Amino acid sequence: MKYIDVEQVNKNMSPRIFKNNLAKSIFFVAAIFGLLVLITLIYRVFSDSIGWIDINFLMSKLSTDAERAGIFGAIMGTVWLMVVVAPVTIFLGVGTAIYLEEYAKKGRVRNIIQTNISNLAGVPSVVFGILGLTVFVRAMGLGNIILAGGLTMALLILPIVVVASQEAIRAVPQFLREASYGMGATKWQTIKNIVLPAAIPGISTGVILSLSRAIGETAPLVVIGIPALIIPIPDSVFDKFTIMPMQIYYWTIDSALVDEYANLAAATIVILLIILFLMNSIAIIIRNKFQKRF
Amino acid sequence: MDKESSSLNQYSSANAFKNADTGNNIVYDTQDLNLWYGQTHALKNIILPIYEQEVTAIIGPSGCGKSTYLKTLNRMVELVPGVRTSGTIKYRNKDILDKSFKVEELRTKVGMVFQKPNPFPKSIYDNIAYGPRIHGIRNKKVLDQIVEKSLRGAYIWDEVKDRLKENAYSLSGGQQQRICIARCLAIEPDVILMDEPTSALDPKSTLKVEELIEKLKKDYSIIIVTHNMQQAARISDKTAFFLNGEVIEYADTNFLFSTPKDKRTEDYITGRFG
Repeated sequence: MKYIDVEQVNKNMSPRIFKNNLAKSIFFVAAIFGLLVLITLIYRVFSDSIGWIDINFLMSKLSTDAERAGIFGAIMGTVWLMVVVAPVTIFLGVGTAIYLEEYAKKGRVRNIIQTNISNLAGVPSVVFGILGLTVFVRAMGLGNIILAGGLTMALLILPIVVVASQEAIRAVPQFLREASYGMGATKWQTIKNIVLPAAIPGISTGVILSLSRAIGETAPLVVIGIPALIIPIPDSVFDKFTIMPMQIYYWTIDSALVDEYANLAAATIVILLIILFLMNSIAIIIRNKFQKRF
Repeated sequence: MDKESSSLNQYSSANAFKNADTGNNIVYDTQDLNLWYGQTHALKNIILPIYEQEVTAIIGPSGCGKSTYLKTLNRMVELVPGVRTSGTIKYRNKDILDKSFKVEELRTKVGMVFQKPNPFPKSIYDNIAYGPRIHGIRNKKVLDQIVEKSLRGAYIWDEVKDRLKENAYSLSGGQQQRICIARCLAIEPDVILMDEPTSALDPKSTLKVEELIEKLKKDYSIIIVTHNMQQAARISDKTAFFLNGEVIEYADTNFLFSTPKDKRTEDYITGRFG
C-alpha cells in the first residue's frame, strides 16, 4: 500500500514550481529596488554636475554668482572641523575603550557606562546639535565657530569610536597579555607595548569610518547655526565656517531662485562622495591588510 | 619545619627529601594554601615545599588544580575575576600572597612558559628584548648581548641567528615555544614555571624542549605542569600528584612512579583514570 499518490503529486507539481519561481522574482525585485534608486540618484547627480567640476570650482571662494562660485571655503571648513574632531574623538574614544576593556572591573559602574555608550549611539544627531548649542555655543560662549561645531561632532561619533575600539581591544588574544604580565610588565606597559599595537588596525578602521560619518553629517551643524553664506576662508578653529553638506543644503534650497545652484549642489555632492569613498576604501584596506595575524 | 603537621604521611617520608638533604634550599614554601574561584574551592590546604635547581613536576587529571597552583606561584591567577586565596606561599622567605608584595617584582624573578606558544607579533629580537626593555634597559649593545645569551641559553641561537628581524610567527610551533623560553630567560629569572609547555607540540619538538629543560635545571628551578606522565618521569626530580584540588602525594619522581604510597596515585599513574 502506497501513501503517496503519484497523480496527486503530478497535479501539484506545476503550482509548486510556479510559486518557487514567483518567490525568487519577488526577492530579486526587492534586492534590485535599492540598487536602482541608488543608480538613478548617482546618475542624476553626475549628469547635473558635468561641466561644473573644475579646478576653479575646487579652489574658489563662495559667491552668489553661480559661474564664479567655488567650495574651497567649505572644503577648508571640513578640514578644520576634522582638526578638532579627530584628536578629540581619538583621545576620548580610545581612552574610554581602554578603560572599559583593560581597567574597569566587571560590575555596576562598567555596566552603567557601557549601557550609556550604547544608548548614545542611538541618539538622533539633531539632539547632539541641541547639546552642542546649549553647552559649547551658549554656556561656554564659543559661538558658532569651528571649535564648537567640532566638539559637537566629536560627541556625535564618540560612541561609534568607543565601540569599534572596544571590539579591536577585545580581539587582542589574552595570551599576549599573559605573556607580557608574566615577565613583570605593568598594566600600562602591556597596554602600550602589546595591546594597542595589535589593536591599532581595528581602531583606525573605526576612527576613519566614524570621521567619514562626521564629514557627511549636517543636522547638528544646522542646529548650531552655520551661516548660509560665508565668504572668508577659515584659517583657525576660532573662525566661523561652513562645510560641504551645509553648502549642498543651502544650494539645493536656493535652486528655486537660481537654477544653476542645483548644478553646484550636484557638483559638491560628487566631491563629497569621492572623499567619503576614498576614506572608506582606506578603512577597508587597513582592515584587510592586518586581518588575522595570530 | 614541622613535618608531622602535614596531612600527607607520604610527605614526611625520608625518601621524599633525599635531594633536600643534600643541601638544596627551598625556593617556594606553600603552607595551607586555599583558593576559590567564586564558590568553587579549587585548591585545598596545599602544603608543598619546592626546592631550588630541581625540576618539580605537577601531574594530575584535568581540573585537579595543577595549573591553578602554578599560576598562583606568580599570581597570574589574579587575572581571573573573583579569585580568593588564604594561606601563605613563601618565595625565598617572603610571602607573595601578601598584598604589599609587588607582583611585578615577583614576575621578574619568576618566568613563565605557557601551554600554547605565545610569542608577541614582533620580530624575534624584539620578543627576546621585551622583558629587558620593560625593566628599563635601553642600551643597544647590552640588549644585543642579552638576546644572544638568551637564545643560546634556549639552544635556538643557531637556528635563528640570521633571521632575528623576522616575525616570530614565521617560526614553527616548536621553535616558537623555545623562543618563548628564551624570552623568559632574558629577564634572568630564578624560577621558571611551565604550564604544559609541550602539549601543543609534535613529538620531535617535544623532545627538543625536554632536552632544553634538562639543561636549564643546572641554573634554574623549574616547576612544570604536565599531562604527560612519561614526561614527568623523564625530566623531573620530584613529582606532586594533584587530585580535586589536593596534593595526594609528593615525592622523588623515581620513588613516586615505582612505589606510589597512595592507591589513587597508583591508579592514576597506571592509567586507570585521568
